[in-house]
Amino acid sequence: MSGTHASTHNSHKASHGSLKSYITGFGLSLVLTALSFGAVMSGLVPHDMILGALTILAIVQLLVQLMFFLHLGAAPEQRNNTVIFVLTMLLIATIVAGSLWVMHNANVNMMSTQLTPERAMSKD
Amino acid sequence: MNISVTSISVARARHEHDSAHDDGSMTVLGFWIYLMSDCLIFSCLFATFGVLAESTAGGPSGRELFDLPYVAGETLLLLISSFTFGIAVLNMHAKRKHNVIAWLAITFLFGAGFIAMELREFAYLISEGAGPSRSAFLSAYFTLVGTHGLHVTVGLLWLAVMMHQTVYFGLDDVVRRRLACLSLFWHFLDLIWICVFTFVYLRGVL
Amino acid sequence: MMFGKLSLEAIPFHEPIIIGTGAVVAILGVGILGLITYLHQWKYLWDEWITSVDHKKIGVMYFGLGLVMLLRGFADAIMMRAQQAMAAGGAAGYLPPQHYDQIFTAHGVIMIFFVATPFLLGLMNVVVPLQIGARDVAFPFVNSLGFWLSAVGGALVMISMWVGDFAATGWVAYPPLSELGYSPTVGVDYYLWSLQVSGLGTTLAGINFIVTILRMRAPGMDLMKMPVFTWTALITNILIVAIFPVLTATLALLSVDRYIDMHFFTNELGGNAMMYINLIWIWGHPEVYVLILPAFGAFSEIIATFSGKPLFGYKSMVYATSSIGVLSFSVWLHHFFTMGSGANVNAFFGIMTTIISIPTGVKLFNWLFTMFRGRIRFHSATLWTIGFMVTFAVGGMTGVLLAVPGADFVLHNSLFLVAHFHNVIIGGTVFGSLAGMSFWFPKVFGFTLNEFWGKVSFWCWLIGYWLAFTPLYILGFKCMTRRMNHYDVPGWHPYLVVALIGACIIGAGILALIIQLAVSIRDRKENRDLTGDPWDARSLEWSTASPAPFYNFAHIPRITSLEQHWEDKETGRVGMLASYYDDIHMPKNTSAGFVISAFGFVLCFALVWHMWVFATIGLFGMVATFILRTYNRDVDYYVPAAQVARIESERYALTRKAAYR
Repeated sequence: MSGTHASTHNSHKASHGSLKSYITGFGLSLVLTALSFGAVMSGLVPHDMILGALTILAIVQLLVQLMFFLHLGAAPEQRNNTVIFVLTMLLIATIVAGSLWVMHNANVNMMSTQLTPERAMSKD
Repeated sequence: MNISVTSISVARARHEHDSAHDDGSMTVLGFWIYLMSDCLIFSCLFATFGVLAESTAGGPSGRELFDLPYVAGETLLLLISSFTFGIAVLNMHAKRKHNVIAWLAITFLFGAGFIAMELREFAYLISEGAGPSRSAFLSAYFTLVGTHGLHVTVGLLWLAVMMHQTVYFGLDDVVRRRLACLSLFWHFLDLIWICVFTFVYLRGVL
Repeated sequence: MMFGKLSLEAIPFHEPIIIGTGAVVAILGVGILGLITYLHQWKYLWDEWITSVDHKKIGVMYFGLGLVMLLRGFADAIMMRAQQAMAAGGAAGYLPPQHYDQIFTAHGVIMIFFVATPFLLGLMNVVVPLQIGARDVAFPFVNSLGFWLSAVGGALVMISMWVGDFAATGWVAYPPLSELGYSPTVGVDYYLWSLQVSGLGTTLAGINFIVTILRMRAPGMDLMKMPVFTWTALITNILIVAIFPVLTATLALLSVDRYIDMHFFTNELGGNAMMYINLIWIWGHPEVYVLILPAFGAFSEIIATFSGKPLFGYKSMVYATSSIGVLSFSVWLHHFFTMGSGANVNAFFGIMTTIISIPTGVKLFNWLFTMFRGRIRFHSATLWTIGFMVTFAVGGMTGVLLAVPGADFVLHNSLFLVAHFHNVIIGGTVFGSLAGMSFWFPKVFGFTLNEFWGKVSFWCWLIGYWLAFTPLYILGFKCMTRRMNHYDVPGWHPYLVVALIGACIIGAGILALIIQLAVSIRDRKENRDLTGDPWDARSLEWSTASPAPFYNFAHIPRITSLEQHWEDKETGRVGMLASYYDDIHMPKNTSAGFVISAFGFVLCFALVWHMWVFATIGLFGMVATFILRTYNRDVDYYVPAAQVARIESERYALTRKAAYR
């Protein structure tokens, strides 16, 4: 068994990682985390831009860890896991976005405490 | 046609190459699919948190409760543990059994530190009257963060078992396969934490 | 402290129907256990079934679980029909509302989770590895574990009848009714834990089948050379893995509301019950596609076989199935159009719901074109298929009607809705399961089922279904709401009497099914399938013996054609003896699946009754058994080539015998 493993080890390089890739991933994650916390705690980022910045930083760090720690990528032996991951993300986006949309509308229509008769009868 | 059992050549007792059993890749694939289903559980908890984040029922909100430097500390512990697990895996590929056990133990310590910090945070919140029964927001917060913590705890148990199995069996195929699965699990927990500290804690104080 | 809320008062001594049923079940149960003991069959049961990791045996056990639970679920149904036929114009009927509510809840839960799901998991278990040329599924131990977890879920629902009570909330258990405030008894807790434990089993099965289908196909079998049943199984299991986590999470949130006073869905302190409804239908809608797709697959195989033609439009079948899978995530809101999400939201989901009917239409035309110019043999499986096509088409159309939000505002939660979903589930899932059972039975057991009783069962089910549910469609238009314990609109009464008669005819169909099984077992020697291919069928599973040997294939076949077995028959390559055999690598049986599930039962029962010590024991037992299993390295073995050779020559001799019959 280990014989087969060793002979295909080089082609598995992409899916195993190396010390360098782990250090890179770790370093990038540290920086991105510091930026996220810094954006909120330092007060240097304008308030209406913080959420966008946080989201982007989070997505980048997710991608960094997916690539450097979880070894997802486009190489042949990584492709299956990557495809499954992408499909899962699409599903999650549907569930999260769909739920937020539905619940927002439900709450606005049904839990409103400031509903005037005119507003209630308007056809939107 | 003359059929008799003895006329069939049965001499070769070699086993057929059934590629399905030969490597651990089916197990890792199955585990990855399970991990995706776990992601979906978390996504429901995140969606619920998103819907209920403002439902503080007159009670405390994130702004009043969250201690960002403390959370940064927790984040650092978990991130380091993810890195140290990576080192353990590199040692696993290099067949260095004792290094593997050492780095798994270090990972365990950082993970246990994360859980200790989280338990302390929960205990403090509950003692301040900001427990999960106070409001829907707090229910969602405790459940989301608590579920992540439960997963880390299961991971710690799994780490302990794997350390023992590495001692007991050495780095044979089965142990290596299971360490590969645990490594996916452990890294995935840090991924979830990225979403937690961003969308629960950092967003919560805005 | 040790026994939490449990006491002798949990047993409903004051309910004669329940105690009467309990007495009958207890006597039957003791009788069966006694018979097994008397015949010294415990070792056989343990070695050959309870600890089995063979997908064929696990499939049989799943299907058996479904059949047993069908009896309970049907009993609930006939009780409801009887109550509604009696409780007209001021009469109270014989079932007080609190009891009646538990019956319709149990009926729904049992039929969906413990009849339909096990039926389909059973069929997929038996058929998929054989169809793809594999020796078992990817994770045989997990397969066993998944089955026993499902069985434990069923056991919990059953025991709730005699120890405590069951949920009285409807099968989807909407809060705030299902919260502690309005459902203070253990009923909802039984509901929650039985679904969590069986849901875990189903999710494990889903993962298992995905990996099996993606990784264990015989060499040469590309995805587009897989039989259609396997395609539908693949999409079904992807849906399962995608949606059951949502059910798990949602039920868990309701559980923490009830157990540790959280406020996800309560009325007080910020909870939002609509979020439960939103989440549960994100699970619930794709779930109904989980229930129907394997049936579609079974019908595809059956109609091709009994028309003597390849399935028409294989590619479009694959695309239609895949698109149903994708689209199933875009329609869930149609289950709660009336709950106030507004016109824009309703319009989007209404349009998507209408669109999702299109791929099914494509499939229907493909089945029709398969039959066209075929030489049709009217086996009972063919009858089930034709009955399905007619019945399901109507049910699908009433679904499209309900998809229009304006119409749904009138018909939501009326008997029209009830008729619609029974239309598609009975016409689709039940007919498909029974068709699949009669089609693949010989492959598992080595003899065919009695055709006469099969046809009797079919006609009773078909006529019974139409008689039972057409009145409900009409009553829906007449504004009768679902789940009514009694009513005072005299015009409704005759329809409900007809519906009761229809239900009784379905009962006759179930009886015919039981008779069919008994008669077939009695006549098994005359109906022995000697060739392995009693229907002159087309796909790979029919190239094995009947019953298939435990290792399925002595040699993993090499695939070059979409209908490999049919092609082999055409080119004269079937029925040949191999020139050599190899040792075959097989997994060993294990008790771990059963033991872990048994501890799971302890855990769940204890949680229901707040017996925290026993719950801890149950959880600890599950985890410890699992960890101990991971230390076991003795989990597989090799079947000696000589033994394989002997089994194969015996089979060969049988096929020779058939040729001279």
